[in-house]
Amino acid sequence: MIPLIFDIKRYAINDGPGIRIALYVKGCPLRCKWCHNPESQLPKMQKLYTASKCIGAQDCIENCPEDALTLTPNGIVTDVEKCTLCGLCADACPTKAIQMSGKLYDAVELMQIIERERVHIEHSEGGVTFSGGEPLMFPGFLLEMLQECGKAGLHRAVDTCGFAPAETLLEVATHTDLFLYDLKIMDPVQHKKWTGKDNKLILENLVKLAETGAAINIRVPFIQNVNTSEYEVSKMAEFIAVLPGETPLVSLLPYHNIAAHKYNKLGSNYEEFDMAEPSEEEIEKAIEIFNSYGVEAEVGG
Amino acid sequence: MSFAEIKTQKAPERPAGAEGNFYQPTKTQKIGPGMNERIQRLRKLSVETQESLSIERALITTRFYKENYGKYSEPVMRALNFLEICKQKTIYIGDDELIVGERGPKPKSVPTFPELTCHSVEDFHVLNTRDQQRYTVSQEDIDTYEREVIPYWQGRTMRERIFNHVPNEWKRAYEAGVFTEFMEQRAPGHTALDGTIYRKGMLDYKKEIKAHIDSLDFLNDPEATSKLEELKAMDISCDAVIVFAERHAELADEMAKTEKDPQRVGELKRIAEVCRWVPAHAPRNVWEAIQMYWFVHLGTVTELNGWDAMNPGHFDQHLQPFYEKELAEGTLTRDQAKELISCFWIKVNNHPAPPKVGITARESGTFNDFTNINIGGVKPDGTDAVSEVSYMMLEVTEELHILQPGNSVHISKVTPDKFLNAAVHLIRQGHGYPSVFNPDVYIQELVNQGKSLQDAREGGCSGCIEVGAFGKEAYLLTGYLNVPKVLEITLNNGIDPLTGKVAGIETGDPLSFKSYEELYEAFLKQLNFVVDQKVRVSNYIDQMFAKYAPAPFLSVVIEDCISKGKDYYNGGPRYNTNYIQCTGLGTVTDSLSVLKKHVFEDKTFTMDTLLKAIAKNYEGEEALRQRILNWTPFFGNDDEYADNIALRVYNDLLNAIEGKPNTKGEVFHLNMLSTTCHVYFGLVLGASANGRFSGKSISDGTSPSHGCDTHGPTNVIRSLGKLDQTKSGGTLLNLRFVPSLLKREKDMEKLGHLIRSYFSLGGHHIQFNIVDTATLYAAQACPEDYKDLLVRMAGYSDYFNDMNADLQQEIIDRTENELL
Repeated sequence: MIPLIFDIKRYAINDGPGIRIALYVKGCPLRCKWCHNPESQLPKMQKLYTASKCIGAQDCIENCPEDALTLTPNGIVTDVEKCTLCGLCADACPTKAIQMSGKLYDAVELMQIIERERVHIEHSEGGVTFSGGEPLMFPGFLLEMLQECGKAGLHRAVDTCGFAPAETLLEVATHTDLFLYDLKIMDPVQHKKWTGKDNKLILENLVKLAETGAAINIRVPFIQNVNTSEYEVSKMAEFIAVLPGETPLVSLLPYHNIAAHKYNKLGSNYEEFDMAEPSEEEIEKAIEIFNSYGVEAEVGG
Repeated sequence: MSFAEIKTQKAPERPAGAEGNFYQPTKTQKIGPGMNERIQRLRKLSVETQESLSIERALITTRFYKENYGKYSEPVMRALNFLEICKQKTIYIGDDELIVGERGPKPKSVPTFPELTCHSVEDFHVLNTRDQQRYTVSQEDIDTYEREVIPYWQGRTMRERIFNHVPNEWKRAYEAGVFTEFMEQRAPGHTALDGTIYRKGMLDYKKEIKAHIDSLDFLNDPEATSKLEELKAMDISCDAVIVFAERHAELADEMAKTEKDPQRVGELKRIAEVCRWVPAHAPRNVWEAIQMYWFVHLGTVTELNGWDAMNPGHFDQHLQPFYEKELAEGTLTRDQAKELISCFWIKVNNHPAPPKVGITARESGTFNDFTNINIGGVKPDGTDAVSEVSYMMLEVTEELHILQPGNSVHISKVTPDKFLNAAVHLIRQGHGYPSVFNPDVYIQELVNQGKSLQDAREGGCSGCIEVGAFGKEAYLLTGYLNVPKVLEITLNNGIDPLTGKVAGIETGDPLSFKSYEELYEAFLKQLNFVVDQKVRVSNYIDQMFAKYAPAPFLSVVIEDCISKGKDYYNGGPRYNTNYIQCTGLGTVTDSLSVLKKHVFEDKTFTMDTLLKAIAKNYEGEEALRQRILNWTPFFGNDDEYADNIALRVYNDLLNAIEGKPNTKGEVFHLNMLSTTCHVYFGLVLGASANGRFSGKSISDGTSPSHGCDTHGPTNVIRSLGKLDQTKSGGTLLNLRFVPSLLKREKDMEKLGHLIRSYFSLGGHHIQFNIVDTATLYAAQACPEDYKDLLVRMAGYSDYFNDMNADLQQEIIDRTENELL
C-alpha cells in the first residue's frame, strides 16, 4: 500500500541531526488525544476547510459536480454523503480555504524532491526523516524509500510510535540510521485511555529494536496530567535505563495547545480534557529523574 | 527609559568564557552596556545625545568662497577650503575619550554642505520638527544661515546646476519614481580603504606627490597643468589633516594642564602624543592605527559628504599586526585593545548621516551613514583572515549594541566554523548585525569586472552590499531603478497611471499583446529606454563632480590618483565603476508570472479584467486577488516556472546595464541593492499584477516578495542560487527568523550550515532579522519600551522606533520562517 503524504517539511531542524527534509505519511494506528496533526490519523484523503480564509466567493459551490456544498452563516458546509472527495472545490477556491489533505507520490518523484535538498543536507550532515502518522503502517513503501535514500547516501531517520509488527520494525531497522521512537505513557491502562491502544507491543518492540544496536532517540510528548507525574517519569526512566546497548537520549516535547484549529478544519472538535502545558518545575524534575537513572534527557527534539 | 534598564545582554546560552563564546557578563552595568565604566559613559553620551545640525562648516565655506572663488583652480580651491575648515572648526575632546575627533563641533552634530545642496529655511524647520530622524537646529543658526549662506549659494549649488541641464525624458521618469539619483544631494562616495594608511603617513604621501610634480612633463603631456593643480590640491589637503590633528594635540595638552585626575592627565598626554604622530607618520601601535584611520575618515567626510561616509574596510586585518606586536612586547593587553576598539565604535556612532530633504529623505530614512566594517574573510593571499581582533570586534558589537558602525562577517570556504558560530550567536541576539558575505563569490565578481586577484581579495563590501576593490576603486552607486514600475509603465503604454503623465515611451497597447513574449519584449524596450536615460544623466553628473567638486583628500588615500595626477572623481583610482541598483526582482517576477500563467497560458482571466482590477486597486476584486496570491508560482520557492522568469529578468537587467560606458573609460555594472528604497518605490507604484496593493513596498534586493516564500528558507536559497550572482556587483537576501528558531546551540549550528549551503550555491550576501511579530506590534504600540530594538533593514540595521510607519509595517510583513 502506498501512503498518502500530507506534508513535506524543509529546513526541518527538530527531527534528527542537521538540516532535514521530513515526509509525513497519512495513517496512524494510535489516536492520541493530544495529536496535533489530526489529519495524519486516517490513511485516506480528507478535506480541510479553514473558515477564516473563506471570503464567500462560492466558486466551490459552482464547481461541485455533486451539489454537496452550501454556504451558511458559518461558512461552507459539505454534505459528506454526497461528497466524493474529487477535490474540484479545492481547485476552485481562490483563497485555499478548502484544501485536500493527502497526496500520492511515487518513489521517483519523492526522490527528486529529496534530492533538491541535498546541498543543505550535505552541509549540515542532515538527512531525510520519515514521519507521520505512522510510517511503519506502510512497510513496502517505507523500505523502498529507505533503500533509495541509502543508495543516494542520505542519512535516514524514522519517527515511529512503535506500534507495528516486530518483524516490520526489525526489517526497517536494517535500512534506518536513526529511530525517533515515541514513548508516551508507561501505565498500560492510562496508555490505552489516552492513545486507544495498549503499550505492550510498543515497549516490547523498543527492547527488540535496542537489541539490534540501532541508534535510538526517545521522544516523549510531555503533558501535564498525562505523564508528568514522578511515578510515570520514574517508570519510564527505569525502563529506558535497562534497555540493551547504548542508553538512548530522551527528548521531552512539552505539550502546547496549538491543535484546536486543525480539528476545526476537519470539521471536528478538539477535546482537551485536563491536558495542560507542563510547568518549568515539572520539566526540570523530569530531567533530574531521568538523569538519576543514568539517562540523558533534554527539552526539544 | 533609563540606561540601567537596557537589557542587551540576555542570559548566556553557554557559560561565559566557553570555547567560541565571547559573551562576558560585566559586573558594572549600572550605566548601560559596555566593557567598563569609561565605555559605558561614552556609549551613554553617544546614544542619548540628540542629533543636531551645525552651520559652522557652511559659514567657513561660504566666507572662503565669497572671498576666493575664481582665484584658484577648482581642485586647489577645494583643498584650500578644506584646509580652512581644518584650521577653524571647533575641536572637541570629550571626557573619557581615547580616540578623538568629531566632524561637527560636538558628538552627533552634523555639518551641512551648501556647495552641494543648500538647505532652505523651510528645510531646517522640517528637520527640526519631524517625528523621525530629527536634527535640531537653533533659530539663531537658521537666521544666520538665511543671512549669510543661502543667498550666496542660490543657483550655484551642484544640485541646481545638475537639475538645470537634465533632459525632459529623464525628469519625467525621475518624477514618476522610475529611478532615483544619488548625486543630487550628496557627493559620490561609497568607498573603503585598504591597508596603505597603516604603512604611510601624510608626510610620506607628500613626498610621493612632490616626486610626481617634479616628473610632470609640461612639453609632452597636454594634461600636465591640470595634473599639477590636482597634485597641489592633494598636497594642501595632506597639510590640512596634519593641522587638524595638531590642533587636537594642542587642546589635549591644554586640558592636561587643568585636569585633576592624574590618570586622565596621562591619557590626555598620550592623546597629544598620538595626534602629533598620526596622520603625519605611519602608525606604530593599535592606538595610533585607530586614530590614523579616524583622522582620515574625518578628513574625507569633512571635505565632502560622500555617500556611505567612509569605511575602514578589513579593519581587523589592518589592526591585527599592531595588536600582535604589542601583545608580544607586553605594551598592550587584550582588554586595552578592546577598549580602544570600543572607543572607535562609539566615534562612528557619533556621526549620523547628513540630512537630506525631499525625495531622497524618503528613499533612505535613517541616521545610519553606512560605515560597514568587514570582519573575517580572506587575506590578499587567499588564506583565512580571522584573528583575535575579529573576535574582539564581534564582542564589542554585541556589548555596545549601537546603530553604527554597521558590520559584516565574511565567510569564505577557508573561514573556520568557530568564527561562523560566533557570528551566528551575535546574529541570534537580534541586534540586526552582522550581515553575512561570501568572499569566494564577491572576489569572483571583482575579478569578472577586471580587477587583479590580489586587489579583489583586498576588496570587500562597503555601505550595504556593494563590492569594490578597497583603497583602489571609485565605485559609485548612481541610483535605484524601480523595475516593477517599468512593468507598470509598460502595462500603460508609457504612461504613469498614478499621475496620467508620460513616464517612458510607447511600447504598445497591452490589450493588443497576443502572447507573453510580446508583453515581455515591450517591457524590455521600456527597460532599455529607462536605463539609457539613467546612464546619460549619471555620466553628466560624474563630469560635473569631476569639474566642480573634486575631492583631493580622498584622492590622496585611493591608490593611483597620485601617480595619475587625477582626482577620485576623474578616473584617478585604479578602477572606476558605476553601479545602477535594480530593486524589486521578486515583485516584478511574481507580476510577470501572473501575466504569463493566468492571462496568456491558463486564461484564468483576461488582460482587460486584470488591468481593470489593478486600476481600482483590487477594490471589489478580492476573489481575483486571492486567486493571484494563492494560485501563481512565485519567486523564492524553488519553483522552476517562477525562478526561470526571475532568471530571465536578472539576465536582461545585466544586458541592459553591463558595459555601458562611463566617463572614466570604464563601464556601468548591475547591482541588486535596495537599502530602504523599496519602500519609497512601493509608494510611487500603483497596485501590481502580483496582487500587491497600491503603495505597499516592493520586494527588497533579490529577496522574494513579502510573504510569498512559503516553502521555507532552504527553498528561498535554492531559488536565489539559480541567479549567477558573480555577474552582478552584489545581491541582497533578507531572511527573517523568529528567535524560537534559534533557541538551542544546535539550532545555531544549523543556521551556520544554511549560510554555508547558500554560499556554496553562489550566494553573495544573506542577513537575518531575528524578531517576532508580537514584539514588533508591541513596539509600534509602545515605542518608549522598545527604544533599543534594532532591526535589520536591507543591508544595514536601524532602530525600529526611528522608522516611519511604512517601514515598520514592512518589517512586520516580512515572512516569518516559523516552524509550527
